[in-house]
Order: sequence, then C-alpha cells, then structure tokens
Amino acid sequence: MPSMNMIQALNSAMDVMLERDPDVLIFGQDVGYFGGVFRCTAGLQKKYGSKRVFDAPISEGGIVGAAVGMGAYGLRPVVEIQFADYIYPAMDQLTSEAARLRYRSGGEFSAPITVRTPCGGGIYGGQTHSQSPEAMFAHVCGLKTVMPSNPYDAKGLLIAAIEDDDPVVFFEPKRIYNGPFDGHHDRPVKPWAGHALGEVPDGYYTVPLGRANVLRPGTAVTVLCYGTMVHVCLAAAAESGIDAEVIDLRTLMPLDLETIEASVRKTGRCVIVHEATRTCGFGAELSAQVQEACFIHLEAPIERVTGWDTPYPLAHEWQYFPGPARVSEALTRVMEF
Amino acid sequence: MSSASLNPEASVAADSGHQPLRFYVPEPKCRPGSAPDFSGIQLPTEVLPRPPVDASQDQLHAYAYGLIRVLGDDHKIIDEWNPQLDANVLRKGLRSMLLTRIYDQRMLRAQRTGKTSFYMQCTGEEAIAVAQAMALEPDDMCFPSYRQQGLLIAREWPLVDMMCQVYNNSEDRMKGRQLPVFYSAKKAGFFSISGNLGTQFVQAVGWAMASAYKGDTRLAAAWVGDGTTAEADFHYALTFAAVYRVPVLLNVVNNQWAISSFQGIAGGEVTTFAARAVGYGLPGLRVDGNDFLAVYAATKWAIARARAGMGATVIELYTYRAAAHSSSDDPSGYRPEGEGALWPLGDPIERLKQHLIAIGEWSQEQHDALTSELTEEVKSAGKEAESFGTLGSKGTSPSTMFDDVYKELPQHLRRQRQQLGY
Repeated sequence: MPSMNMIQALNSAMDVMLERDPDVLIFGQDVGYFGGVFRCTAGLQKKYGSKRVFDAPISEGGIVGAAVGMGAYGLRPVVEIQFADYIYPAMDQLTSEAARLRYRSGGEFSAPITVRTPCGGGIYGGQTHSQSPEAMFAHVCGLKTVMPSNPYDAKGLLIAAIEDDDPVVFFEPKRIYNGPFDGHHDRPVKPWAGHALGEVPDGYYTVPLGRANVLRPGTAVTVLCYGTMVHVCLAAAAESGIDAEVIDLRTLMPLDLETIEASVRKTGRCVIVHEATRTCGFGAELSAQVQEACFIHLEAPIERVTGWDTPYPLAHEWQYFPGPARVSEALTRVMEF
Repeated sequence: MSSASLNPEASVAADSGHQPLRFYVPEPKCRPGSAPDFSGIQLPTEVLPRPPVDASQDQLHAYAYGLIRVLGDDHKIIDEWNPQLDANVLRKGLRSMLLTRIYDQRMLRAQRTGKTSFYMQCTGEEAIAVAQAMALEPDDMCFPSYRQQGLLIAREWPLVDMMCQVYNNSEDRMKGRQLPVFYSAKKAGFFSISGNLGTQFVQAVGWAMASAYKGDTRLAAAWVGDGTTAEADFHYALTFAAVYRVPVLLNVVNNQWAISSFQGIAGGEVTTFAARAVGYGLPGLRVDGNDFLAVYAATKWAIARARAGMGATVIELYTYRAAAHSSSDDPSGYRPEGEGALWPLGDPIERLKQHLIAIGEWSQEQHDALTSELTEEVKSAGKEAESFGTLGSKGTSPSTMFDDVYKELPQHLRRQRQQLGY
C-alpha cells in the first residue's frame, strides 16, 4: 500500500472523486493552476481541466455562496477556504443558507457541498493562521463537522464528505499535513512515511462520518480528542504511563456518543483535549454529554485541556498550544482525584 | 451634561488651521407631515435605442444612467424597445399582475384577521416579477427575494399551495418551518426564500455557473431590493458573474425604500444602482419598473446576451413600494401619506390596462369583469386553503420539526424528538 502524507491523501481523495463523479468540481483561492498554497490540489487542474478545478476570487462568502447555488443545481462542489481563520466572511452562507436549505425548503433543495479548510496551530501562524473554529460550526444545526488526524482517515473521510448529501465543513489540521506532531516542538519533525496510518490505498474507500476511532485502548481514563491533539494525547499517555483510552472523534457533528459512552462507563474518568479556546469550545459540549450519559460511572470531575481564552499568540506559541505536559498533568489529576 | 457637550462637532478643538470636517447623513426630501414631492426625479427625455446584444461596455454606458421606457405617458408605445408582444400576451400579463394584487389584498386581510402571523405585499411592483417571468423560459431558475410572488403567479403556480404556506397549515410543503411568504417551489423554478438578505444573489450566480458547467440551456435570474445592494453578497455576485461570464440576470428592484430607509441610505443618492454594474464590467440597464413592456423588453435583451455566451446583465427596475414594507410596518412613521399616488411612473397595472385600451384590445368593462373573476378565483382558493387550516389550527405534526435538518435523522435528533413525546 502506498505511503502518503495528509496532503497527498487529501489530493488522492479529490482525484478519486473527480474521476468517479462528473458533478464534482473544485474551486477556491489558488487551488487551480498553482495547486493550492498547501499543494492539496496539485496536478488536479492539469488532469481534469480548468472547468473542473479552478481559481476563485478572494471572496470566501462568494466561494461558499456560489457553491450553495451549484449544490442546489445538483452538483457536488468541493471548495477550499485557504485558512479556517478566513472562513468568517462565509459564515452567513454556511449557517443561514447551506445548513438550513434542506430544512427550510421542506427537502426541495439541499446543499451537498464540502468546505475544506486548513485549521489549527503549532506552526507559528499567529492570530490568523492558527485558529480552530470548529465549535462555531458544530453549533450550527444542519452542518456536519469533520476533522481527521491522519492520512488514512483524511482520505476516507473526505470521500465520505463529498458523497454526503448534507453540507460538510472539513477541517484539516495543517500542523500534521506532513507528519504526526505530538507537541514536542523541540524534537525533529517526523514524516508520515513509516506511520501505520500513513498507509493509504490508491483507490476509492470511505471512512464513515459520525464514527469515532479508539486509537489507543486503555482502562484508566478516556481521552476525547481530534486533529493534532490526537498525537499529543497519545504521547501524553505514553509519557505519563497512565493507561488512557485515546478516542479520535473524527466527526464532531454528528457525534459518536455510543463509542464515548462505552469508554467512559468502562474507565470512569474523562479528559477532553482541543486546541481551540476553552469557553464554549466543543469540549464544553463533550463534557456536558459525558456528564449526562455517564454521571453514575464518573469517579472524577471531567477535565478539559484546551487553548487559553485568548487570541492565538505568536511568540508564546508553546505556552498556548496544549502540549503533552499539560495533558499528562490532567491525566494525573483525574487519576489522583 | 450640557447640551453643548452633546454636539460632537463642538467637542473637538480645531486648532489645526483647517475647517472642521463635516459628517453627512443622507435624508429623504419628504417626511410625514410634509407634502410628497418627486420634482427631483427627472425622467430622461432622450430615448435610448435597443443596443445589439454584443454591444461593448462603452456603448452600454448610458443605459446605466438612462431609463428604458416603452409605454409613454400617453400609453402609446415609444418604438425603440418595443418587444412586439401579441395582445394575448399583454392580456395574460395584465391578468397575472391583477391576480397578484388581489392575492396580496386577500392575504393581508388574512393577516389582519389573525389567520396568519405575517404578510408582505408587492403592490406597485407587479410588472417586474410578472413580465420577467414571462420573458424567461418556464425552467429558468429564479432566486427571488420575498417580494416576487408575481413569479409564481405568472408561472401559474397554484394559489392554494402559496396560501397553505402563508397559513403554515397541514398542506404547507415547508411544514410550518418558514415565515409566511417564504415560498419554495422547485417545480416552478422558484428557489427557497431566505430571510437573510442578498444571499440568493451569489447563489443564483453559482446555479448559473453549474448550468454552464453542465452545458445546460437554463439561465438563472435573481432579485434583490435597493437596500440589499449594500450587502456583501451583492458584490460577490457581481464579481463572480463578471469573472466567469455567468449566464445570469441580476435584478435590483429599486422601490425607493428599505423598510424606513430611503434609497439614499443604500448609496442611491449619488448614482444609480444600474451603474454599480459598470465597475464590474457588466452591462447595467435602468428600466421603468412600472412599464410592463419595458421590463419585458430589457429582460429579453439580457436573456439574449446570456444565451449568446456574453454573461450577466444587471437590471435596475425603477419603481415605488406603494404599500407598507410588511404587515408589521406602518409607513406613516417615515414617509408622507399619499406619496405612492404621486409616483411619476404611475401604477403598472393601470398603465398596461390603459395601453391595451388605447390600442383597442381591452375595455373598462372587460377589466371590471376580469377583476371580479380573479377576486372569485382568489376567494375560492382561500376557502380551499383555509380548509387545511390557518395558523395555529391543523398544522403539520410537531414530529416533522426534526426532519430535513439532515437527509437522515441523526441519533441526537431522534432522542430530542422522543423527549418531545414523538
């Protein structure tokens, strides 16, 4: 099986879907001739032509708005917002339009669109190249929210997202585009090559939306995480020596509560980890759901390890980014409670 | 606090040697209590000829500032843009406009008597939706605002279906989810209406991009009001339409008012809305929106241009919002009483009627008979619609509230539905 990094896996997913379905088309800023600032669409315009893979004006609201219209026509547009930090001009089209079109029209119209957007920090991206705005989208009924943590899932989830008949906001943690990152910024960067989840089939396959993945079975504490934090949490489990069950949620909405519940009932403890700011972050929803579903099984308060409630800073990147040390401390705290 | 300190201009010491800068806020000419005055509106005397559809931007410049008219003040045809319509077509247009007005009147009464929570009329703007629907092919896709009910009526969509939506009753295909008048009728080529203004403008562009991408022959057309042109989506739509030469008609219904704000607040005091097109490299036509024939002719021109692969046209339809903004609005709070009656472009129904009479194809007797016939038609549709319930009586089951959020009902919504007892 070929080894791919996340960029190649995403590229492969789009390649597969362009090949399979003539109604799939791709556009966004710099995605055409140039192949994307992160190279995710490299080679696709050359292979499929500029009518199927093309550059768009710098207009996030225009890109998503046009995609909604194309979706209403019956196409399956896959659009790119260059950074998740720049998705806000498209908020109205996503929340008021894409998300509600099926509902408000009694099922007459729908928006089977996929909005890909690189997210997350750990790259010295400062305030506007590091954000994790997933909670804003998970809060919007009618949208599906996805964030992969590895090349295998990235490809399978993206294909599933493109095939899904509902609008999907697809977050791509750019820190792990080229290799898994466990938060040890002082160590050399690891590539995906050689990693089990960097083995990606060439052809068509899907990873279903709405299903979490237990990446590290354990008995002591359940760790709920997604994106880059999956690798941080795996490192924290190894370093703390605590037998944590690390669950990669993969899809935030719809949430795989069944897998979460089964795990917390077993472990009796739960730590939630995300890069995004804490207050009203997705961790708050996770915490509430776990508390409601597993109250009598809980042996310690649910902990959240998250970004601080500040804009994403540049110079203080590693004091901000929830690294393995902070996760380990939380694991220890819930175990010692 | 002294009154002097409440005046911001007086609060800044100007020792710079420059004159103090002045902050300007546009104001309409007339407010309640003063007499309506449209003397500032100059109707162009120069008649602009119908340009070839492949006319260049330079040749089209004047059309963004002029006013395309076909029906003169004497109700005769000014020949330049004459669309050469058969009298039967004109009578059909008159019928649809009249039906739209009578429908509006009945539904506003229904709101006043508590049968629905809300209603919006299009009084005075009937020519726009009706003539444009007739100029378009039945399968061209319309992306309307909330004031183009005439599109559905001209496309002979059942009134009962529209009324059921307004009543949010058991036959409402939107299952009571939407505010009254937010219709959706895919089979009529009528896109689902959203409360968020302007969003449909760029969606129409996307739809038309898709149509071109598929090698389809269908066009898209979209409508916004003068106020909505200030939304970012207006800019997105014109940019995308120009960049990709999109076969779309971008209509701006300038009815002078955005609720209580006169069109100067949207930027109409210093230029026209059609002129917005010029900066994007698109043709902008300014049209007498109360002139059925002019609206029809200009729309046909834009359609021909789109079909010839030359892309989008912006059409400003110059009209007047004769009624209140909505059933929740009282215009006497911000504009003079009787302003609409003095609107220099008159009433669209009256003008087409007088034209048909002038050419010997209509009479007052026929008009009265048609009015009675349509009143009966609306009444009978009303009775049928009301038999399926009005607001608060015989609606859809609350269990349907959870459907169509997603294509498949997810687990968490199933649980919430159960919590509600369904």
